[in-house]
Amino acid sequence: MSVIIFADQFQGKVKKSALEAVQYGAKIAQQLGVPAIAIAVGEVGAAELSALGQYGASKVLHVADARLNEPEAGATTKLIAEAVAKENASVIVFSHNFAGRSIAPQLSAKLKAGFVAGAIGLPDTTAGFVVKKNVFSGKAFANVSIGTDKKIVSVMPNSFSPVAGEGSAAVEAFAAGLTDADFRIKSLKVETVSGEVPLTEAEIVVSGGRGLKGPEHWGIVEDLAHTLGAATACSRPVADSGWRPHHEHVGQTGFTVRPNLYIAIGISGAIQHLAGVNGSKTIVVINKDPEAPFFKAADYGIVGDAFEVVPKLTEAVKKYKGN
Amino acid sequence: MKILVCISKTPDTTAKIAFTDNNTKFSEAGVQFIINPYDEWYALVRALELKETQGATVHLITVGGADTEAVIRKALALGGDEAFRVNADSHDSFYIASQIAAVAQQEQYDLIFTGKETIDYNGSSVGGMLAELLGLPFVSIASKLDVNGTTATLVREIEGGEETVEVTLPLALSAQKGMAEARIPNMRGIMAARTKPLKVVEPVAAEHLTSVVSFELPPAKAGVKLIAADQVEELARLLHEEAKVF
Ligand SMILES: Cc1cc2nc3c(=O)[nH]c(=O)nc-3n(C[C@H](O)[C@H](O)[C@H](O)COP(=O)(O)OP(=O)(O)OC[C@H]3O[C@@H](n4cnc5c(N)ncnc54)[C@H](O)[C@@H]3O)c2cc1C
Repeated sequence: MSVIIFADQFQGKVKKSALEAVQYGAKIAQQLGVPAIAIAVGEVGAAELSALGQYGASKVLHVADARLNEPEAGATTKLIAEAVAKENASVIVFSHNFAGRSIAPQLSAKLKAGFVAGAIGLPDTTAGFVVKKNVFSGKAFANVSIGTDKKIVSVMPNSFSPVAGEGSAAVEAFAAGLTDADFRIKSLKVETVSGEVPLTEAEIVVSGGRGLKGPEHWGIVEDLAHTLGAATACSRPVADSGWRPHHEHVGQTGFTVRPNLYIAIGISGAIQHLAGVNGSKTIVVINKDPEAPFFKAADYGIVGDAFEVVPKLTEAVKKYKGN
Repeated sequence: MKILVCISKTPDTTAKIAFTDNNTKFSEAGVQFIINPYDEWYALVRALELKETQGATVHLITVGGADTEAVIRKALALGGDEAFRVNADSHDSFYIASQIAAVAQQEQYDLIFTGKETIDYNGSSVGGMLAELLGLPFVSIASKLDVNGTTATLVREIEGGEETVEVTLPLALSAQKGMAEARIPNMRGIMAARTKPLKVVEPVAAEHLTSVVSFELPPAKAGVKLIAADQVEELARLLHEEAKVF
């Protein structure tokens, strides 16, 4: 028996969300007393893969097929199913990132293995296999039991910060029996926003709302984000008005984020907004209205004008960063 | 072109979230229900746009009890042609996908839409499972879809960017923001929806792979620590030294 973890990569580097999944899977493996085996696809160096040992993997299966650099979902589902059979895996772990959301449900149907999407805690294996996940877009949690022999879990990004330890994993080439017919989704183009921290993986998020009055005022948000090494986000009306790109929209109908620090600037804190951000460990609210509902969900708050407060905060943070 | 849009009934986004029966059941008391926003705003509207621009039949499907009919009628009012309700109550994605697959196998669709996820169980699973059960390619979290003959071009979200992909129909996809703009049903649509076919079908035998043991509400916040607007440096100090977040 074993635990298999899908360690997806981007441009030759294992994603942070995948390192988190490897460490999560390794902890389950420890609980069950079985080895943790990672599986990686696409062109990625051996050193990058053996470093997965630092996160608890004892072995890495590698399918070095350039067609999988952006993992084609159908082909990847098929090859993971082959790896599951070869390694007699009882638990299969993904990150609940974009790739995981695509592949894990297909694997679940293929193997008839129960799937919990977006786990935020380790499974309770004392009686059965029960995993805690977000429901109602972060307004509640559900403990979900998987009743099948094989089990699939995807981990909500930023639920466990991956911490590198000692160790190196044996990298083994894995010859998956893929044919051209398995590649039905043809990748035409990949566009990346270089240098930017992906929002769902970011440890710090600086977010702006309608209180900033217009897109021309986002400089203060970007300066603070840049100083903190943070990703930027926004409320829904801000994205709907085209002030910011859609992929920055957080909340119940946008992305869910769980950073260590979420700074909300000029956002009122409507229930739909809070739903997507209330898993953040520390929330800071800057709003000129002392009655803004966001203060009830905040850890720290400043009642004041964003245009005065935010540049000062950026300067104050720089002093710490300088030291 | 023949299109299927999967519709889920979810609590309104302002609904109070509470549980009954020893925290094993969502309390529906006083809760308004809506079409899951991703299903309505993006999946359904994009399907209707395709119908309007290139001609298509748009079917809707939901798996649920008779209480889901108000929601499915609203989807018909927006412009769906006919609807299926599989008469079963379940929160297991595999069971639900199996029910939809059984109908889709008979109807043979060119395009099957789901929303990115539901805003209640947040499973983001039915679309991918359905694709696997039907042997279709699956494009997840798509923000753009164009169809030209039998070729679909889609833009999907990936970590830190976007990928443009091309797929030959038939295909299943999950839709998110960017794909279309939400619409409001008009009076004519609402009237027409009353007489559109809504077929109730009984479920096929399928397994439940998961079950909810219990629900929990998040612990309450301890309360906000307010810092005066002229003491911004103190906030930076607290974040650095107390919260240790940077
Ligand atoms: C079905 C549905 C789904 C939704 N989903 C989402 C979602 O996913 N995400 C989301 O964000 N919203 C969502 N909404 C919208 C939500 O209800 C709110 O309308 C929205 O979050 C408000 O955005 P805001 O806080 O930026 O703007 P506002 O509510 O207009 O708040 C602006 C805030 O800025 C403050 N302000 C003004 N000037 C200044 C200044 N100079 N300095 C400091 N503060 C200032 C004001 O005091 C106010 O609190 C949804 C709504 C519905 C109905």
